[in-house]
Amino acid sequence: MKKFISILSVLVLLPLFAFAQNDGGIVRADNSKFALTNAKIYTVTNGVIENGTIIINNGIIEAVGADINIPGDAQVIDYSGQEIYPGMIDSGTRLGLSEIGSISEANDFREFGEITPNMQALTAVNPNSVAIPVTRVSGVTSALTMPAGGPLPGTAATISLFGYTPDQMYAGSKGVVMNFPSSAQRGWRRRTPEQIEKAREKAQETINDAFDKAELYAKIKESDAARYYPEMEALAKVINGEVLLYIEVNSAKDILSALEWIEERGYENVVLTGVAEGWRVADEIAEAGFPVITGPVLSTPTRGSDAYDTAYKNPGLMQKAGIKVALRTMDTENSRNLPYNAGFAATYGMGKEEALKAITINAAEIMGVGDQLGSIEVGKKANIFVSTGDPFQTSTKILDVFIDGYKIPMTSRHTELYDEFLNRTPGVNKNPTKVDG
Amino acid sequence: MLFLCTSVLQAQTKKGDVLIKNGTVITITDGTQENTDVLVRNGKIDRIGKNLKTPNGVEEVDATGKFVMPGIIDAHSHIAGTSINEATSQVTAEVSMEDVVDPLDVGIYRALAGGVTSIHLMHGSANVIGGQNETLKLRWGSTNPEDLRFEGAPRTIKFALGENPTRGGRSRGIQPQSRMGVEAMLRNTFNDAIKYRDAWNAYRSNKSSRKVAPEYSLRMETMVDILEGEVLVHCHSYRADEIYMLMKVFSDFGIKRLTFQHANEAYKVAPELAEFGASASVFSDWWAYKLEVYYSTAYNAAILTKNGVTTSINSDSGELIRHLFHEAAKTQKYGDLSDNEALALITLNPAKQLGIDNRVGSLEKGKDADIAIFDNHPLSIYAVPQMTFVDGVKYFDIENDVADQRIYIDPESTVEDVQILYSNDHDRCMEGANVVNFTDLFNNK
Repeated sequence: MKKFISILSVLVLLPLFAFAQNDGGIVRADNSKFALTNAKIYTVTNGVIENGTIIINNGIIEAVGADINIPGDAQVIDYSGQEIYPGMIDSGTRLGLSEIGSISEANDFREFGEITPNMQALTAVNPNSVAIPVTRVSGVTSALTMPAGGPLPGTAATISLFGYTPDQMYAGSKGVVMNFPSSAQRGWRRRTPEQIEKAREKAQETINDAFDKAELYAKIKESDAARYYPEMEALAKVINGEVLLYIEVNSAKDILSALEWIEERGYENVVLTGVAEGWRVADEIAEAGFPVITGPVLSTPTRGSDAYDTAYKNPGLMQKAGIKVALRTMDTENSRNLPYNAGFAATYGMGKEEALKAITINAAEIMGVGDQLGSIEVGKKANIFVSTGDPFQTSTKILDVFIDGYKIPMTSRHTELYDEFLNRTPGVNKNPTKVDG
Repeated sequence: MLFLCTSVLQAQTKKGDVLIKNGTVITITDGTQENTDVLVRNGKIDRIGKNLKTPNGVEEVDATGKFVMPGIIDAHSHIAGTSINEATSQVTAEVSMEDVVDPLDVGIYRALAGGVTSIHLMHGSANVIGGQNETLKLRWGSTNPEDLRFEGAPRTIKFALGENPTRGGRSRGIQPQSRMGVEAMLRNTFNDAIKYRDAWNAYRSNKSSRKVAPEYSLRMETMVDILEGEVLVHCHSYRADEIYMLMKVFSDFGIKRLTFQHANEAYKVAPELAEFGASASVFSDWWAYKLEVYYSTAYNAAILTKNGVTTSINSDSGELIRHLFHEAAKTQKYGDLSDNEALALITLNPAKQLGIDNRVGSLEKGKDADIAIFDNHPLSIYAVPQMTFVDGVKYFDIENDVADQRIYIDPESTVEDVQILYSNDHDRCMEGANVVNFTDLFNNK
């Protein structure tokens, strides 16, 4: 009987460990050849496959469809009754750069200086940040991780949320971050209109001066006259269109100023980020033709007089005006709430389909990696998640996550603490004293 | 003492009559009833049942296909407060949030638009024994702070443990600078309060005509009220050890009613909380913004609930308060709570923690008609609040919501009053605590 029970328990536990190597209690990611069968597949770019199969091999989606031959050497996982989506992409975070918010030593997204576009976020990404597994087990598989600070704080990078070095995590897209001079209030400190205007003008001069120099540098960099100038080298890449320029801009007035500035400069590889008041000038943005990364959707209105749901509606209003929109949480440890930001955007006008695009294919295309990420298509990276249903719905569970073809252990600090403390041993009494009858 | 303040501006708040017809009524205490009516008379729930007759002159609201639930209660809020911290001393039990209620804060309307009807306006967490809090009903539209008071709600006070008060101690070179000092300060203050009470008792029982009264202290009066169970303690806390410490201190002083606020590590001492009878008011998923919340889990509320601890989910934020129904739903992802368990986290349980569960927190005959109506199940991501009632009076109706809420437009204004805030700087718990470099406090809860 005992033997029977132990065999039974092995059988019961088998599915948990079948595709992850259990090595001394450590569950490792597994990059076998996989066949994911019988799932409802939301490809995002080619509709929904009701009862489909995905073949993953060597990090890539090798086949997807309703009628797929399953290779003999593939690990077959039956996902009957479940849904499969492309991994979600958070288009604005500090993932890997911030471990504990209040401790300056644990934050690496802010460098000294005003013009530091050469600072590389990717360099400072900690692959072992506790927030990374917490994020990816919720189905977010990629993130844009951004530096912060002055007018030109550094270069952001798109990372995949699995890997042991920054290079293993790099997902092929970089962009220089620029904080467009702001005429808005920030935080709790109220500034006078004069203080705001003075600071805005100064920041504008700083930025213009930097780009004037950079344009000159781009012309002469191959000549002997040019000395080593890493800040200008980074900006020259923007001018030559080699990397993206992410322009953080939020108030309506500033967005219009930014559009004017971009036109004057003639830069093309530009993405507007933040864009909290984009709905106010959506037609102008659409006409200029630049894509937008906006969020968090779960935000208060930018003005006291605005309707309570302004921030919820902003992505949908911009999308309907013809702007290509991607969403961000602008969070670190709670980047896992990306599907809920999309869910609120969906509820307040964007609709489910467009909101799903905003955290998958639109994000990938905006970052210039639409050929590798953002949908379930043959030849793309195998970044996908399996869920019990609609990923925007709060009660939905994410069952499995694949990143770059690796089947990821579905554990994080949060699940481990749950497992340890749900029924804590010992409870209140460590060594209960026995009382004889 | 209290009646002196209240009698001056006795508020006469509006009470409504309404019949909410044919909704799915989520009562919390008596199941979820479909195609059911809720009749409100004079601000109270008069009847819950099917096919109720509409009394003469009572407005009908058609809730067909909609969900009717108790108004949401936020046990930790800083909206509608003009200041948050009195950080001049490590003990400020004499101050009260009732003196700084701002009925004009637009955050009140935004909370109503999220189905919230009551909030616990809390003092900040800069000091070990902070000020007294104020329980409010969101009677939006009044210019009189008195109109927002939750009349009859028990008095409560804010305590704070851990990093916030010890940081204040370090920056000013005073106690406490460690969790040891926090405990000592609590015990010393309660012992002082006992001495104060004894001195006054001795004075009162002294028959001599030449007796001299002890010095009067509002601070000590409040501490005595805590010892006597008249003021409920809501304690800012994070780590399991400090939560455990406070339960031991309270056991020693015989104080029974205790709610831990934030309590990110309460899950680690859930059996002890259950045994003491303490409750916890937690975030759905906030963590990692400071060291003492690094070892958090989003399963906290579920672990506590399953261990028998009365648990609520709060906002501590003018943003989160607008979607507490969504925050509660996260406990279904993180810990499989039932619909009723999840909704109790934002209704009945916070009502218990504030001592107002005889009045609000569920839909029951005789309770206050504080009601929220949603177009979808409130735990669904697709739920949009439609109407919110306080005492049967409708304070939010999505049909009457206006896009531009300006009352006055200044044609001379050159600067748009735009405020850009990110999710990590909503919190006001340390606002006004100018004890250290102000910028260090921006991101701290």
